[in-house]
Amino acid sequence: MQSSAVNSSNNKETTRSITFAEAVREALSQEMREDQDVFILGEDIGVYGGAFGVTRGMIEEFGPERVRNTPISEAAITGAAIGSALTGMKPVVELQFSDFITIAMDQLVNQAAKLRYMYGGKGNVPMVLRTPSGSGTGAAAQHSQSLEAWVAHVPGLKVVQPSTASDAKGLLKAAIADPNPVIFYEHKLLYKTQEHVPEEAYTIPLGEADVKREGTDVTIVATAVMVHKALEAAEKLAEEGIDVEVIDPRTLVPLDEKTIVDSVKKTGRVIVVHEAVKRGGYGGEIASMIAESEAFDYLDAPVRRLGALPIPVPYNPALEKAMVPQMDDIMQAARDSVHRR
Amino acid sequence: MATKTIEQVESHFEMFQILNENGEVVNKDAMPDLSDEQLQEIMHRMVYTRIWDQRAISLNRQGRLGFYAPVAGQEASMIGSHYALEKEDWILPGYRDVPQVVWHGLPLYQAFLYSRGHFHGGQIPEGVNILPPQIIIGAQIVQAAGVALGLKRRHKDNVAITYTGDGGASQGDFYEGMNFAGAYEAPAIFVVQNNQFAISVPVEEQSAAKTIAQKAVAAGIHGVQVDGMDILAMYSVTETARKNALNGEPTLIESVCYRYGPHTMAGDDPTRYRTEELDNEWEKKDPLIRFRKFLEDKDLWNEEKENEVVDQAKADIKEAIKQADDTPKQKASDLIEIMYEKLPQNLQEQLEEYREKESK
Ligand SMILES: Cc1ncc(C[n+]2csc(CCOP(=O)(O)OP(=O)(O)O)c2C)c(N)n1
Ligand SMILES: [Mg+2]
Repeated sequence: MQSSAVNSSNNKETTRSITFAEAVREALSQEMREDQDVFILGEDIGVYGGAFGVTRGMIEEFGPERVRNTPISEAAITGAAIGSALTGMKPVVELQFSDFITIAMDQLVNQAAKLRYMYGGKGNVPMVLRTPSGSGTGAAAQHSQSLEAWVAHVPGLKVVQPSTASDAKGLLKAAIADPNPVIFYEHKLLYKTQEHVPEEAYTIPLGEADVKREGTDVTIVATAVMVHKALEAAEKLAEEGIDVEVIDPRTLVPLDEKTIVDSVKKTGRVIVVHEAVKRGGYGGEIASMIAESEAFDYLDAPVRRLGALPIPVPYNPALEKAMVPQMDDIMQAARDSVHRR
Repeated sequence: MATKTIEQVESHFEMFQILNENGEVVNKDAMPDLSDEQLQEIMHRMVYTRIWDQRAISLNRQGRLGFYAPVAGQEASMIGSHYALEKEDWILPGYRDVPQVVWHGLPLYQAFLYSRGHFHGGQIPEGVNILPPQIIIGAQIVQAAGVALGLKRRHKDNVAITYTGDGGASQGDFYEGMNFAGAYEAPAIFVVQNNQFAISVPVEEQSAAKTIAQKAVAAGIHGVQVDGMDILAMYSVTETARKNALNGEPTLIESVCYRYGPHTMAGDDPTRYRTEELDNEWEKKDPLIRFRKFLEDKDLWNEEKENEVVDQAKADIKEAIKQADDTPKQKASDLIEIMYEKLPQNLQEQLEEYREKESK
């Protein structure tokens, strides 16, 4: 399923090439211009523009009341966002590094996720928590993790993990409009990636996967940076005569099961790739979903998962790379899957 | 009523100082009992640390050192508070507090390895009572309460001291750690180095409290605000805090200081959030200049002594870098191996797989 806005607007007048970080900023700014209830809060998001420059220039446009530099207090940032959301505000938190979600966990798990349910469906928590995740920047064990499976496990939260600038823009708009709490992961290595993004505001609904490449031999379900690695692997595998389909779920919760199942029914082979540690990673959920679905009868090879080694992220760049799946690993997994008799 | 209470509380937190900006003693009664040799040793450490900071910054720029949070401007705060400790006391540092742990006994080459993310940098030698520098803001503060509790339980005459910044004082862990130590009468000292900024956020935006020291009141522990650019004052309050801690009375020390450099070497540009005027204003309060003046007036310091320290620091750093370079590179198998005391079966298999790969 494609986001129509992205594909229909090759028109030079409405799209231009911007980075992922700029796309996120544009989505935030457009929502804030549109709706006075939307505001952002987080550590160093004022003149500093946030740890990755995403909010740069925003305090100048929207002022310190709507671009709130916060004390260093992840529990309070998240709790205050929840409180304001309960009164109808639409807070968008920037959590400086997703690793610090640990400190916000009670507010997210026991509070944000539960309130609507415990208020009998009458309480809304329309908040978004944006947060940079992932390795590859030499930020070491406590600033590089991919813990999205933790929040995906909790009923009541939605979890978004975009892989491209245009997806990020449309998904963020949907996340802000959503009356439920949404965790929005931004992979650090993606911030500088560029592509054509429509200038006008548009929505990509949560729960719609995107087929990033069509193919017939093997399906690769990949998230965040792994989408790009899978696409590179697919190009190379094409030279070997293996035709790969790459699917980006874009949102883990809700998960677009149909797009994945349909693809596996077509190819009969599937590899699930993410950067998070393989053990207990969300890939296990996707793999089991496939095994339980009608696609099971179409499988010609076991479902394979690729994920990181079960170790903290090393600071050393060579070891950091060695920890997570690389293009070669994806290619090998695809070959193994296809050549299995 | 409420306003009055705050004013009353705040009036108790005047900044404690012994040496003013010009190196003049303004508080004679508070002069700590330090010998001439000790005074010289303190100066030695400050000069050494300043040189080391400059070298670390340039080594980082050359790609020969990894993560580094500059310390210039905070030498008195760090070294003065450390100098009041005993060898057996425990230090729980934040990421910037590398000088204290090195002066406490962590070999310099290991500090460099820590900066490079080599696991040997975190292998603290036996008898050096420190934890590795904490990256997650606030985590060390609650742990300090626990270390202090352990010391008390074992009837040791030692204290746990922990360091955080003005930003760290906003974290829940900060309040919880102080409250815990207070409730258990644990021998703990909490130092907040208020260097005016938490990355880009000025301390005025961090809290409505006029001082950070006054936050001790709610926890029922001692609180003191001290001129963190004055090493004698820093030493003196820590010495007192140590005595109180051993009596089951923890202290919060707010050290008012400044960091001259960027937040860390990972691309911070302080001109985005600080003015040159502010930098200049603080550089006039420099801890080295005023203590050097004080010592020179007593004939305890001169250019020759200063140069000796500079040369020694440079030589030590060179040697430490060499030692760090000579340390065997870490391998993926090392990282798997250090995960558990005894490896679970699946990790054992992965370990063997990696060893096999590495042997080729
Ligand atoms: C829990 C947590 N939140 C945020 C960060 C990111 N961070 C690192 S240093 C820093 C500022 C800390 O300022 P302060 O406590 O004043 O110490 P200083 O760096 O000034 O010594 C921030 C926000 C972190 N490391 N841990
Ligand atoms: Mg600070």
